[in-house]
Amino acid sequence: MSTVTETTYEAVIGLEVHVELDTRTKMFCSCAIDFGGEPNTRTCPVCLGQPGSLPVVNREAVAAAIKLGLALGCRIAPTSEFHRKNYFYPDMPKDYQISQYDVPICLGGSLRVDTSEGEKVVGITRVHMEEDTGKSLHVGTSGRIHGADYSLVDYNRAGIPLLEIVSEPDVRSAEEAKAYLTELRAIVLALGISDAKLEEGSMRCDANISIRPAGQAEYGTRVEVKNMNSVRSLGRAIEYEIARQIDMVEAGERIVQETRHWNEDAGTTSTLRSKEEATDYRYFPDPDLVAVAPDSAWIEQIRAGLPELPAQARTRLRDELGLPADRAGTVVGNRLVGRLDEAVAAGASAPEAANWLVNEITGWAVERGMEPAEAPVTGVQLAELVALVGDGTLSTKLAREVLTDVLEGKGSPRGIVAERGLEQISDTGALEAIVDQVIAEQADAAQRVRDGNAKAIGALVGAVMKASQGKANPAMVNELLRARLLG
Amino acid sequence: MSELVTRTAAELRDLLAAGEVSAREVAQAHLDRIRATDGRVKAFLKVLDEQALAHAGDVDRRRAAGEPLGPLAGVPLALKDILATKGIETTCASRILETYRPPYDATVVKRLRQADVVVLGKTNMDEFAMGSSTENSAFSKTYNPWDLARVPGGSSGGSSAAVAAFDAPLGIGTDTGGSIRQPAAFCGIVGVKPTYGLVSRFGLIAFASSLDQVGPFARSVTDAALLLDAIAGHDPADSTSIPEAKPDFLAGIDKGVQGLRVGVVREFMAEGMEPGVRARVDEAVARLEKLGATVVDVSLPHASYGVAAYYLIAPSEASSNLSRYDGVRYGLRVPGETAEEMMANTRAAGFGPEVKRRIMIGTYALSAGYYDAYYAQAQRVRTLIIRDFAEAYAQCDVLVGPTTPSTAFTVGEKVDDPLAMYLNDVYTIPSNLAGAPALSLPIGLDEHHLPVGLQVMAPVLGEPAMFRVARALEADLAFDPTPRGANALETPGGAAA
Amino acid sequence: MALSTDDVRHVARLARLALSDEEVEALRSQLSDILAYAEQVGEAAGGDVPPTSHAYPLANVFRADEPHESLSPEEAISTAPEAEDGRFRVPKIVGGEA
Ligand SMILES: [Mg+2]
Ligand SMILES: [Zn+2]
Repeated sequence: MSTVTETTYEAVIGLEVHVELDTRTKMFCSCAIDFGGEPNTRTCPVCLGQPGSLPVVNREAVAAAIKLGLALGCRIAPTSEFHRKNYFYPDMPKDYQISQYDVPICLGGSLRVDTSEGEKVVGITRVHMEEDTGKSLHVGTSGRIHGADYSLVDYNRAGIPLLEIVSEPDVRSAEEAKAYLTELRAIVLALGISDAKLEEGSMRCDANISIRPAGQAEYGTRVEVKNMNSVRSLGRAIEYEIARQIDMVEAGERIVQETRHWNEDAGTTSTLRSKEEATDYRYFPDPDLVAVAPDSAWIEQIRAGLPELPAQARTRLRDELGLPADRAGTVVGNRLVGRLDEAVAAGASAPEAANWLVNEITGWAVERGMEPAEAPVTGVQLAELVALVGDGTLSTKLAREVLTDVLEGKGSPRGIVAERGLEQISDTGALEAIVDQVIAEQADAAQRVRDGNAKAIGALVGAVMKASQGKANPAMVNELLRARLLG
Repeated sequence: MSELVTRTAAELRDLLAAGEVSAREVAQAHLDRIRATDGRVKAFLKVLDEQALAHAGDVDRRRAAGEPLGPLAGVPLALKDILATKGIETTCASRILETYRPPYDATVVKRLRQADVVVLGKTNMDEFAMGSSTENSAFSKTYNPWDLARVPGGSSGGSSAAVAAFDAPLGIGTDTGGSIRQPAAFCGIVGVKPTYGLVSRFGLIAFASSLDQVGPFARSVTDAALLLDAIAGHDPADSTSIPEAKPDFLAGIDKGVQGLRVGVVREFMAEGMEPGVRARVDEAVARLEKLGATVVDVSLPHASYGVAAYYLIAPSEASSNLSRYDGVRYGLRVPGETAEEMMANTRAAGFGPEVKRRIMIGTYALSAGYYDAYYAQAQRVRTLIIRDFAEAYAQCDVLVGPTTPSTAFTVGEKVDDPLAMYLNDVYTIPSNLAGAPALSLPIGLDEHHLPVGLQVMAPVLGEPAMFRVARALEADLAFDPTPRGANALETPGGAAA
Repeated sequence: MALSTDDVRHVARLARLALSDEEVEALRSQLSDILAYAEQVGEAAGGDVPPTSHAYPLANVFRADEPHESLSPEEAISTAPEAEDGRFRVPKIVGGEA
């Protein structure tokens, strides 16, 4: 992007995020949710849209919607309804989607995000409940929808509960959009209502993007962009689309209202359908379903059970546990707060425990394609490790080895240390014997130290460490050598 | 022809319980009657001889072994082909579902099995229950046993004709705008549209979800109440099912009308009714007064808007309910280059003209820019009709009036005039819009020897009072349900009277 | 409400009905008549009257989040007009949605 245009135009962006809930069963039927199962193994008359079948609402999905609404500071509607969104598509079993329309369950919240320019508040228009579609496999030479010879439909995903979170058009840049999506994902994960994997589609984000000359009040023509499969591609798509729109306006062309598809490989967007092709959804209240009217007792019970939210956790880690802000952000972002709190409760210092979590444990998990939070080490084990280093039993280097053993399921740090005989030798008698032996073997080096060459002591320390198979306490070795040679 | 087919369900139940007859004999007698008459009546799309005899045999075996049996064990029934039967064709009389065999049973079908009712077969209907004559079936017309040149009414014309023809003592229909009561009136039998939510809709192939309700046909009021009792009750698979316990339909059924207030709906007695219908309805009201009821004049001022509201609400819901017939998961498929073409070709070939008409009306009424003027406005009229009923019931316990403006019309008479056909439902529609129960009782014949029906309406869950009034009048009038007249089907056991 | 043939064709497209020219013409006049009749709902009720979508008012009808057995995959596709590899087969899909 040229700097000239950047100062002339402002982007106006609203985000629509769909989150697949990880309830045990689907939104309107009792089919178990099972990602990645064999095709059409998780279907029933209801989620196949068989004639005569009827939907019944999953109570847990409603609870999840209320949870997210409360976390986003929304008002929970005293009464909300389900509507039918009518359009024909092979992967939609009833050829209408049960969704919410003019009376969604949550209204009017906000989300605070941190950007390089400080805190930003993005308004939340609504959160509503709906059902997912099935999945089409496009068969043909291209493997994509365009150019496919035919398609094969699997309805395992059809009817999985979705929450759709619609933001106000408050986002102004790719950076803000990325921060918004990252924070929303962190909230969803903290609430435990979805695994929210963008790459796998259990969280999806569409962006409505328009530009206008800076200072202009009216919005420009908006373009909806779909198919971004990561936070990074959301950022790329927005940057591309802003640039495309600016180029068009600069070239005197008119932007048309349409839906565009983000092509990850090409790094471009292309037309999916124009406004003229947009469907008339013919929303009307679903006569098969009745109102959702959560009473205040239920809402308060859900509120009382809300976990600490990411923003609260970051503040607490910084202010109460003394972590630097960025370290607190990483711990929270990687969902390691619980592990940290457990370690601190077991006596570890928070900065040290956080250090292990963010560096070693996260690194180990990432190498294995796991979420850091999935790393199999408890906070108590972590505290033990920190203590073993603190009391000089383990060197940092040995502690890393011990941690790896813990992560590989070989036991607790103390158990592993005992089993492998890894305690540092801090016993003066045992160390003195090794030190004397090394001084005798390396008489030249010892003499150079006596002659005032302080650096030469390094070689002797190294030799002692080697002779002790790494178990000698380096500080004590240093001290003993100095006493012998310079004392 | 066995005289067993002339018996009511209650009589058969007692004969079976006393061991005077076996369920197999009862089933066989009715299957024989179907074989003898259905070539002319064409009530059935599919007769389930084997299943019926097997089920009857099983009932006999369990009775002999002293095992527990359902309340209507061994009593035969004709089932409208709109209720899902696992593994058995369920067509809605539509080409689009001609070969469809559901992978599950409707809740009503399960309850019938629990009652040990023997299902004889699946009956003809207007395609997707859209019609008032059963002429909209994709497969066959059905003929009125009282005059084989006339329609049996609809959409549940197959079940009502089967019960009137003595093919079965009981029938199951569905009523969205009058589809049980109007054919009951045309065929001289009892038909009940229960309170909305009293009988599960799970497995009832939807026409208009907020109006559809399953209900019984019988040749006596008590039989209708017995069948309703067997199928009613809360179903967790239907979100609109009433969770409270169902009323006791039978406890007070023989108590008479002494002390009851019967309202006569002024607007229903105004113009538009055939003189033969008016005469019988007037006589019936007079008898009710003689029997001790207090007759009061009441008004439903917005009832006349009911047809207009109904023909917006029902097609709107139907347009969405019928979207799923797209050639992808079940039913007919007509090829096309693209998925969209395949869908449009399939639906063009699979739906008949009336279904297409209603899909078009509904799609239009819900489309951008028209929703408020049509659909939302129709739902407001619905509110006004509910308020009208509430005011009327402040003055009386039940309401009465004609079920239909005319007796059965001739085959082909109204097929080319959809609006005239729709106006047949003018008296029945308000109860559907209000979700309230209503019953049609045969009260006599017009000058053409065609039955006339009296509609008895009650407030939501007011079935006990409705049955009580109907039963009192039935006992007093002693209407003979045997079809008779020049062009009638022959009487069971002999030639046409 | 008098409909044009274009109106009828537009609605038919929305409803996925491939209509012949004769059907379009017949529907144009029938729909116009029926809608003209139905329009009387406009005069019957004022905007102050709340619409009723369910005659029997119920709320909060929920299901416990407990899995029940699904259909077997064979049963699930047993009704399919065309299937392949346990999936429902359809002609190519042109134009995206969702
Ligand atoms: Mg959505
Ligand atoms: Zn299911």
